[in-house]
Amino acid sequence: MEELVVTEGLTKTYGEIRAVDGLNLKVHSGEVFGFLGPNGAGKTTTIRILNTLTKPTSGGAWVSGFDVVKEPDKVKKVIGVVQQHISLDRDLTVRENMEFHARLHHLGASERKRRINELIDYVGLTEHADRIVEQLSGGMKRRAMIVNALLHQPDVLFLDEPTVGLDAQTRRRLWDLIRRLNHDGTTIFLTTHYIEEAEALCQRVGIIHLGRLISIGNPLALRQKLGLVTVETLVNNKDTRYQYFPDRVAASSYIQDLPHDVKTIIIRESNLEDVFVELTGQKVGDD
Amino acid sequence: MRRNWLRTLATSLMAPLLYLVAFGYGLGSGITIDGYSYLEFVIPGIIALTAMTSSFNGAAKLNVDRLFYKSFDECLMSPISLVSLAIGKTLIGVVRGLISSAALLAVALLISPLLIVSPLFVLVLVLSCFVFAFLGVFVALVAKSHQDMGNFSSLVLLPMTFLSSTFFSLSQLPEGLKSV
Repeated sequence: MEELVVTEGLTKTYGEIRAVDGLNLKVHSGEVFGFLGPNGAGKTTTIRILNTLTKPTSGGAWVSGFDVVKEPDKVKKVIGVVQQHISLDRDLTVRENMEFHARLHHLGASERKRRINELIDYVGLTEHADRIVEQLSGGMKRRAMIVNALLHQPDVLFLDEPTVGLDAQTRRRLWDLIRRLNHDGTTIFLTTHYIEEAEALCQRVGIIHLGRLISIGNPLALRQKLGLVTVETLVNNKDTRYQYFPDRVAASSYIQDLPHDVKTIIIRESNLEDVFVELTGQKVGDD
Repeated sequence: MRRNWLRTLATSLMAPLLYLVAFGYGLGSGITIDGYSYLEFVIPGIIALTAMTSSFNGAAKLNVDRLFYKSFDECLMSPISLVSLAIGKTLIGVVRGLISSAALLAVALLISPLLIVSPLFVLVLVLSCFVFAFLGVFVALVAKSHQDMGNFSSLVLLPMTFLSSTFFSLSQLPEGLKSV
């Protein structure tokens, strides 16, 4: 399988702070790879290095075989980037933003027109294409940003926290779009601090903490490693304890042996948050 | 700009028109400098002032795009050279500067129909728009915050506004200050 994004010993320091610390990563063609970690873990710094916006302190990174430091112009042609912030020109319409972006990528007039109409239709923005960005809802702005990033048919689509600040319904619709894009052949590298987003979308997940990659694999394998069943018990009515078991039989036998004063017991499937907390001692949403 | 042209024009013309009224008609009525009425004397300076501030502010909007909206990152991630981007952003300021200056010039010609618009005047006006638009781009790229942009305007542009012979003849200054 072709490796579209590769980093080797990638490190970025700001003074004493190691924002990214010796990162080794491979993202394969056709997959949705999720970079999961709390705010400040180094996700955005990594994406900025891969997008040629920030230079690494040491180590290397390649996108579609092009070196992000030595061949930034070639990298720019093969990446599509959706930033965390709404980076569209708010005074322009969706179509005008796309026109501008397509010109930046040197698309010819007829190709521009064809691609813009095709993509607007693809994400269901046809009725809103000639509205000014400022007037659009949060979900529409995100979709407009995604189609902007797809105009020049990039090899990899980078999505930095694609659903941050969106309501649950809009988030799910955006997830469907991301799944559809991937199904239609787009390789996606996304960062998120939402556990459920990584679980819902990603074939593989890399967990990053304090700039270091602490675990990588598909969500099921990561959960299996921890134990697929979690037992939560409330001790002394205040301290929650978590125990992990390979299956419900093992969990049941553990519960039977619990002292009688343990009253609240929850048995549930383990999730990526459990994996994360066990690995880092920190919740994903924590700063 | 096409959508907000009226607002853009109104905001960039407000200060020069006020200067024209306050200094030209108000304070300066009855004063003559080098044989010209004070109003006629002050008009070219105010046009130059408009060119300077409009082109600088037009280009300096880049600072907001860079730090607040992050839309400049989109340009940086496209396969366009940095020099082309800088020229493009400078031209935004030049266009704004020229539009504001032209509008003010039209007003000035109504007030003082004898005003002579020589080719040299136009050339200097265009050059001045280029210089200050480029300065706007440069400062917008270097400034770490919007506050820094304001500081630059206060410390560099404001003194230039008042000390560059806009409102008075340099011959009126003491010898020491003239050389400054």
